[in-house]
This record gives sequence, C-alpha cells and structure tokens, in this order.
Amino acid sequence: MAAHQSLGQLIIRRLLLGLLLLLMISGIIFAGTELLPGDVAQSILGQSATPEALKNLRLEMGLDRPPLERYLSWLTNLAQGDLGTSLSSGRDIGEMIGDRLGNTLFLAASAAIIAVPLAIFLGLIAVLHRNGIVDKVISISTISMISLPEFFIGYLLILFIAVHLNWLPSSSIIYNSMTFGEKLQAIALPCLTLTLVCLAHMMRMTRAAILNVMSSPYIETAQLKGLSAFRVIFHHAFPNAISPIITVVVLNLAYLVVGVVVVEIIYVYPGMGQLLVDHVTNRDIPVVQAVGLIFAAIYILLNMFADIMAIIANPRLRHPK
Amino acid sequence: MPVPHFLEVSNLEITASINMPGDIPKKITLVDNISFKLKRGEVIGLIGESGAGKSTIGLAALGYARSGCAISGGSIKINGTDILQLPTKARNKMRGTQVAYVAQSAAAAFNPAHRISDQVIEEAVVHRLMSKTEALAYADDLYEKLGLPDPKNFGRRYPHQVSGGQLQRAMTVMALCAKPDLIIFDEPTTALDVTTQIEVLATIKNAIKDTGVAALYITHDLAVVAQVSDYIMVLRHGKMVEFGSTDQIINHAQQQYTQELVSIRAMEKEEQAAPDSRPLLQVSHIDAAYDGLNKVLEDVTLHLHAGQTLSIVGESGSGKSTLARVITGLLPPLQGSIVFNGIELSAGLKNRDLEQLRELQMIYQMADVAMNPRHTIGQIIGRPIEFYHGTKGAQKRRETIELLDQIELGEQYIDRYPAELSGGQKQRVCIARALAAKPSLIICDEVTSALDPLVADGILQLLMDLQKEHNYAYLFITHDLATVKAISDSIAVMYQGSLVRFGQKSKVLSPPFDDYTQMLLSSVPEMELGWLERILASRTMQSADN
Amino acid sequence: MKFTDSLAKLVSNLSWAARVGLFSLSVFALAALFAPIVSPYDPHEIVGDVWEPLSANFLLGTDQLGRDLLSRLIYGARNTFFIAGAATLLSFFMGTFIGFLAAVSGGKTDQLLSRVNDLMMAIPTLIFALVVLSVLPANMIVLILVMGILDSTRVFRLSRAVAVDIVVMDFVESARLRGEKTLWIIFREILPNALSPLFAEFGLRFAFAVLFLSTLSFLGLGIQPPDADWGSMVKENKDGIVFGIPAALIPAAAIAILTISINLVVDSILSRTSSLKGGR
Repeated sequence: MAAHQSLGQLIIRRLLLGLLLLLMISGIIFAGTELLPGDVAQSILGQSATPEALKNLRLEMGLDRPPLERYLSWLTNLAQGDLGTSLSSGRDIGEMIGDRLGNTLFLAASAAIIAVPLAIFLGLIAVLHRNGIVDKVISISTISMISLPEFFIGYLLILFIAVHLNWLPSSSIIYNSMTFGEKLQAIALPCLTLTLVCLAHMMRMTRAAILNVMSSPYIETAQLKGLSAFRVIFHHAFPNAISPIITVVVLNLAYLVVGVVVVEIIYVYPGMGQLLVDHVTNRDIPVVQAVGLIFAAIYILLNMFADIMAIIANPRLRHPK
Repeated sequence: MPVPHFLEVSNLEITASINMPGDIPKKITLVDNISFKLKRGEVIGLIGESGAGKSTIGLAALGYARSGCAISGGSIKINGTDILQLPTKARNKMRGTQVAYVAQSAAAAFNPAHRISDQVIEEAVVHRLMSKTEALAYADDLYEKLGLPDPKNFGRRYPHQVSGGQLQRAMTVMALCAKPDLIIFDEPTTALDVTTQIEVLATIKNAIKDTGVAALYITHDLAVVAQVSDYIMVLRHGKMVEFGSTDQIINHAQQQYTQELVSIRAMEKEEQAAPDSRPLLQVSHIDAAYDGLNKVLEDVTLHLHAGQTLSIVGESGSGKSTLARVITGLLPPLQGSIVFNGIELSAGLKNRDLEQLRELQMIYQMADVAMNPRHTIGQIIGRPIEFYHGTKGAQKRRETIELLDQIELGEQYIDRYPAELSGGQKQRVCIARALAAKPSLIICDEVTSALDPLVADGILQLLMDLQKEHNYAYLFITHDLATVKAISDSIAVMYQGSLVRFGQKSKVLSPPFDDYTQMLLSSVPEMELGWLERILASRTMQSADN
Repeated sequence: MKFTDSLAKLVSNLSWAARVGLFSLSVFALAALFAPIVSPYDPHEIVGDVWEPLSANFLLGTDQLGRDLLSRLIYGARNTFFIAGAATLLSFFMGTFIGFLAAVSGGKTDQLLSRVNDLMMAIPTLIFALVVLSVLPANMIVLILVMGILDSTRVFRLSRAVAVDIVVMDFVESARLRGEKTLWIIFREILPNALSPLFAEFGLRFAFAVLFLSTLSFLGLGIQPPDADWGSMVKENKDGIVFGIPAALIPAAAIAILTISINLVVDSILSRTSSLKGGR
C-alpha cells in the first residue's frame, strides 16, 4: 500500500503520527502519575499526615477536580510554555529546567557524535573480517560490554582515571561561564562512559544489519561480476544497509537516554536526569511529569527523524512506479 | 585447424561441509567427477532434478562456490587458463571480462539501490573494457535488440519499476554488455509464467546466436533445454548420467533415467462424462477482493461432480489460488454463493459446522511448511482421525497405519518427524492427512509444482488411484498444462480474475480457442526439436494475418 | 531421564565461553539459595571497621558501616534473583500470551494490541518507571509489577513477530481449516515452534531485569534499606570511590559477571538453534 503514496505524503503522514504520539504520551504520563492507586497527597505528606492537612493539600493541588479537566488544563498550560510550579520548592519548573536541558543535550550529543560513526565503522570492520579473529574479538568484547551496568563502567573510570591517575575530575561541574574547551574537559569522563554504554549495542546491530544485506542475491551477482570486495561492500551493500543502520542507531539512542540519567548521577552532572531522580525521590509530581515528558518527547522526535531518514533512503519509496 | 575449446571442465569435484548442531561436521560430495568441453557458439544444457548439482557446476565455471561449498578437485580451463589456480585479482578480471552469469531470479539479483543501466554497464566499465558513454550506448542497443520497451529510457529505471519478464531480459543484457565469451544461464525462465517464458527463451536463443558466445544452460525442464542447446548433459546426485547431442538425448536416450525424463507426463486420464445429477460443488457468481476494493475474482461460476477432477489453470495473478481460499472459507467473497452437497456454505470459516469442514480438505504446494515440524507423522495424520471421528488409542493408531500403507509409506514412518522425510514423502503424508478426514472433496493447490518431475508423477498417480478407489472429487489448482491433461475431467481456464473457458476437458482443449487459451496452450514447451522456431513462426504469421 | 539426557546434550552443544557462563550462574544461584549456610556473617551486623580492605577475615572487605561485604552480597543476591526472576516470569507470561493472541487473531485485535504496545514502548523504560515510581510506594510487589509490565512490551513485540512468521505457514492454516480452536493453535501449533527463540529471549530479559533492578536501586528507587540488593550496595558504597576505595565496584562487578554469564549462554544457544524447517 505504501508504494502508492508519494514520498511527501509518507513523510507528512509520519510527522502527523509523531504529533499524535506525543499527545498520547502526554496522556499516559499524566495518567501514570494521577490515576494510579497511590494517593498523591498521602505519599507527599507521608503516613502520619492529619486528615486536615491532606484535605488542604488536595484542594491546593486541585485534586478535587475531575482528572480529564486537570489533564486538559495541564496540557493547555504546557502548550503555552508554562510547565507549572514545583511542589517541594515552589519554584517555576521552566526556570528549574533552564540550563539543565542544554547540559543534558550537550552530554548526550557529544557521546552520540563519537559513538555513532565509531559503531558503524567497527560494524563494517567486523563484516569485512567476518568469522575471522578480529570479528570474534569484537563480538566477545561487545557482548561483555552490553552486559555491564553503567555505574560499573563509570566508577571504574573514576577510580582509575580520576583517582589513581588524576587526569580528569571525578565529578563534572559545568557552568555557563566556562569556555567550550573547559566544558569538553568537564564532560570527558561521563561522555566516555555513555559512549561505551551505547557503542556495543549499536555496533552489534549494525553488524547484523550489514550481514543481512550481504546475504542478498544481488551481492552474489556483484561478486560474480568480478568486482573487488571493497566495491561489493561499499557500492552494493552499503546503500541498502543505510536505512536498517539508521533504524538500529536510533533504536540504540534509547540506551543513551537511559544511560544519561544514570551517568548524571554518577558524575553529579547538573542535567535533566539528576533533576528527575531527585524529584522522584521527593515525590514532586509536577516536576516528574514535566521532565518525564521532555525525555519522552526527545526520544519520540529522534524516532520520527530516523523513520523519515529511512523513508528517504529507501530507493523503492524514492522512485515509485 | 580444429577450433579450440573455450571451456574445458575436467574431473570437477565439489564438496560441502554440513554443520548440524549436535552432530559431527561431515562432508558430502555435491559434484562428482564431471568433465565436458565447450566451443564458442555452442550451448550445453545441464539438466537434472534438484540436488543434481547443476547450479553448483554453473557457478564453478566462474570459479565461485557458495559459502559452505568448496571446489575440491579437477580443473576449469577458460581459454586455456585454469580459473581455479588464478589469484583473486586475476580471477575477478576473468569473471568480469570473459564469463558472465544470468541468475534464476532477476528480481532478487538486481540491486534495488541502483538504476538498471548503472548495473548493466558496471562490469564493462569497472574492468575498463569500454568508457561509460560507449557502454551506455551499447546497452541501449541491446535493450532494443532484446525487445525491451522504450529502449532509450529503459535503463534509467530502477529494478522495482519494471516487470519480472523485462528484468529477466535486462539480466541477459547485463551478461552480454561486457561482451563475454561464455554465459552461464541458471534457470533463467523458471520463475516466469509460461507465456512470458517463451518470449524470454526466444530472446536468449537469438542473443546466443547473434553474439556467438558459448553458453551453459541450466534447467530442470528438458523440453526447455531441448529448444536452446546443442548438447545435453543429464545429471543426477552430482554425477553424470548421460551426455549427447540434443537429438540423441530427446529421441534416442540410452539410459533408463533419461528415458523416464523424456517420457514424463505422458500419462493421461480418460475423461469421465458429466453426469446429469446435481454437482457436488456449485460455485456461482463469485466476486472477491483482499482489501474490499480491488477485485481479484470477478463473476466466477463453475461446478464439480462427485468423484471427478476439475483443474483450474492460469498464470500468476489469475486468481486461481484466491478461488481456493474462497471455497474453503478463508476469504469470504464479496458476493456469490458456494453450494456444497446441495447446501449453501456460509461465506466465512467460523460459521461452517464440523461436518462441512471435514468434507472439504486441502493439500498444499509446499509440503515442507504444511506440516508442523514439531509433530510426528503419527500425530499429523492421527489428529483429524481423532478430531472429526473421535477415534482414540489403538484404533486411531491402526487407522493411521492403514493410511500410511495407502500412501505407500508404511508403519515405520509413524514416529518420524517431517524433517526426516524427502519432498515426495512429505507430500504423501499431507495427502494421508487429508484422507484421514474421509472427505468428499480435496482441494489440491499446486501440489506437484515444488517437486521434481519424476516424484510429481508418482504423486499424481497416487491421487488418481485413490480417486478410483474412494471416489474423491479433486479441485486441482495448477499452472502446469501437462498436469492438467494428465488428471482432469473438466477444466477451468482463468485470466486476471475471470473465467475464460470452462467445460469438459475434451471440449476445453479442442478448437476453436479464444485468444488467451490459444496462447497459453501454444506456449507450453514440447519435448521436440525446433518447437520454439515453429511456434514463433506461426505466431508471426498470425499477427501478419491480422 | 529424558530431561537429564536432553540437558546433557544441550550442555555438550554449548561453546566453551557459554560453559563458563553456565558455571558461574550456578555458583551464584547456589550461593543465594543456601545463603544462611554459606555466608560467613549476619548481613546486617556491624562486624568490622568502615571500608576495611580485603582480608582473610573479610574476603571482600567491609562496607561503609563496617558490615561484611561478602555476606551482604550473598543475601543481596536473593533479592536480585527473586525480583528480577519474578518480573521476568510475569513479563514473559503476559508478553507471550498476548503476543501470540495478537498474531493468531490478526485483523483489528492485532492492530489494537500492537498500537497500544507501540505507545507503551514510545517512552524509554527507565523514564516510564521513574514517572510511575514517583507515585507508587517502593516495595517488592510494586517493583515486580512495574518491571514486569513495562518489560512485557518487549516480550510482546518479539513473541508476536515470531508467531506471525509461524501463523502464515500452511500448517497453521491447515489447523484452522480443520476447525481447531484458537487456544489449540496457540499451544499446539505455534508454541512448540517458538520455544527456542523464546527461551533465548527469556535469558536476555532476565539479564535486562537484573540490570534494570540494579539501576533503580542505584538511583535509590528500588530496594529500600535496611534490605539490600546489588544495586543498592553500589549506592551505599559509592562515596568511597573518590577516596580510592573500590568497595562499590564489588557488587557492580557481581552484576556484570552475572549478566555477562547469561549473555554468553544465550548467545551460544542462539547461534546454534536451527531454523524452523530443519531438526527438532
């Protein structure tokens, strides 16, 4: 059915789908915090709270209004850029997030810039030497890497690089007046940790995606034309592997999103992840909702971007009948 | 001075290592001691059943073995140089410049990411035989010569933008473009419909004649190879059975196996007249669509009497398999009725009662996937016995064994798994499973097309014997006209979702024909020399008349 | 008898690395099972100084309060194994059943289930879990439910994909034409053919559950003190790292060894399972 649609239609469709998805996710996040059996007011004030205090808090939070009405007003405020106020500090959430969003994106993007090309390169190397010793070494080390928890890698790096060798600081303080170079130095360790975390996943799946393409009959045709291995892989396999590779890469950016939360805790890095974890512990629901939604939105936008790239990279869709 | 041989294959041996989990890796011989010689302008046909090693030999002529296989002995001399002894670079050069390959499925063999022309000229350009402009001009010439539509623009399209038959011809252009001295054709027409096959076959034959290349033509269809080759080598299980000129093999075969191949499908059922009574199955005015919009079947009306065979014949896209799905209830029709045994069947599967389901059984094309690989043969055949008739325990086992005897397999197969059986044996088990329900109508969907000809003959013979004994009615769906002749009492010809012709076999297969049936019947290759030229000549005359 | 035979055959098919993995898995499991017998101290008792190094008395040293790390590790294994195991089982039963149901039913049912699943998967699991845990009380049941339900979306996707491949095969159509019921088709036709990919997936999901639980505990949202699992032990001891005290790395390494072992075994099984058509 897809073949009957033009490229533009497909892309617009995907964009609209992404928007719809965002709207529904906002609903799920709202429902996840407001409709679950736990009583929000109770969990904020604790078991020893007086009924009077509970009632006041409920009124203050507007919990006496029906859920749909509260959701709609939350959504309207969001659309106007008003993220609400924090329960624990009374501060404006938009202000609290402020620089932190930039910090988190800076860290995640630096890791992605290193990890993505490296993963594709290593994947290609593994395919070129498939079943050889290089491939086996890469395979065993990646399978070990994907099994390691982020904090194991993180603390190992701190112990050796920061504490024993004293090359880099163990916590990543970052502020606006730092130069770009200083910032890069500050995030070097967390960035390395994040890179290691998602590199292995990405590389394994890239290798599988290219191998899958390599088993196609048109690759045999190319070999029977007497082309060199280099030309077979780069001219014939690679163009067809682009869209599965994009899918793989973005799929693995999920590890980056999750990893960034843990890594920020390890390195005491002032980003969104730390904000989220702190306020989950405080049960500061408006902050959790806002930060959770931002994380989900970034992930959904990445996925949408990947799908659109994959659509554009597919020759069957680019050149319809 | 005698003309030197361009290709000399001597004592070729190819082995494969099989690594089944849990077993010790073992080696099997795929090709054993094969030798032949070929001059420029000559064509040798390699013929054999699946597993005969013919494709493996074809690929070996390019010095190539699929992964898991290895060329373990012998030599392959191309123009005096043994390609097996060459280093990779020189071998690649030889592949690119002197030998070319045409694969069975052009649709899979073309890279979807590049334009057709870019792939067609790649070989010539990469190996520096021509400049890009020269190569493109030459390719355009070849498109025109091979009868491709709009030759000036054809190559600018992507593979998925043209039809299967056109792509197969483009694959031939790709092979010809580097002006090789030898082309390997590996089942180039097998994936095509019979009316398309004849055109591609004619194209290939002319191309060989015009360019004077040597060719290896690999196929399982003796009638096809008889049209294009000068010599035929018959292979079985990797060994040579017989080698001779095409005339020798077709008309004076020495070996029994070759004689069997030549005389295949000579059987023909004696047609039974249609009784006046009410038919067992009456299909009336059926329209059907998969998406509710685009009709795949339009106004199909036909009937079948008890104990008789109705063949539904047509090419891919004719709707013949869809009709089977409608009759079984898998695809409820948009309109029309199906009356079985005097009672109208409800359109969907869910509303049919157990008795109706039992009366109507189905046998599939791919026996491999028609049986659950994790069930034993006993479980597979025993399930309908228990399910429909409530028979259990020793009685069920007895009946299962009886059925195994009927399909000529016997008791020792009862505890085996499908994977341990050969293709023909699997199809027999599927027949037994259908018989176990004690049906009155069996739908056979291309049940012999995945089988080698001799095995297929055995299956058809079994089905006919069973019909004689138990009076089953068969609805036989096939694209193969030889099968149709062999088994039918009545025939329905379908084309693009509509019934073109329906009636008793003798009537359907005798003139006057409608255009489509005429073309379909005349496109089936016959086991005689010069058939292709004759049929093409008569078609040219006809179109001249018009 | 038949079971031990097939088990022996399975082991003999494993690669060298996978056997090492299987061995360390058994050591961990046995230690957790017989914790009171094998652990040298009471895990909650302060028996030494703060962050004592490895010694004959304290094989793995002591923690930030002076409790024996080895004993805490052994008892912590119980929590880790139990919660991760229960969550995996939950996610598996839910995910496979609903996944198979979607594949067999097809049409609107499949569409609905798949779209809901896509929606759940559109939020990274950890973020979703954090959002939900901000309201729910942190106890074992909640952890198992949250982890199990969130993870079942991944199981759903795999089992549906596996089942869809099987459902299109003629033997399933043949069973339908015979008039078999949906449950028969799921359990007798599809399940036997889906076992090996699902078995491998079970291992991967368990490894993932161990990592996920450890991450939650590390963030302070999983097991609450005084109980401990390996993740919360990392959290307790992490402040030592900047002083060069590696106590936090010991439970972290235990998690790593456990998940590597599982992955090695699964990888070996996956690379050796034959396709649907051949073998049994």
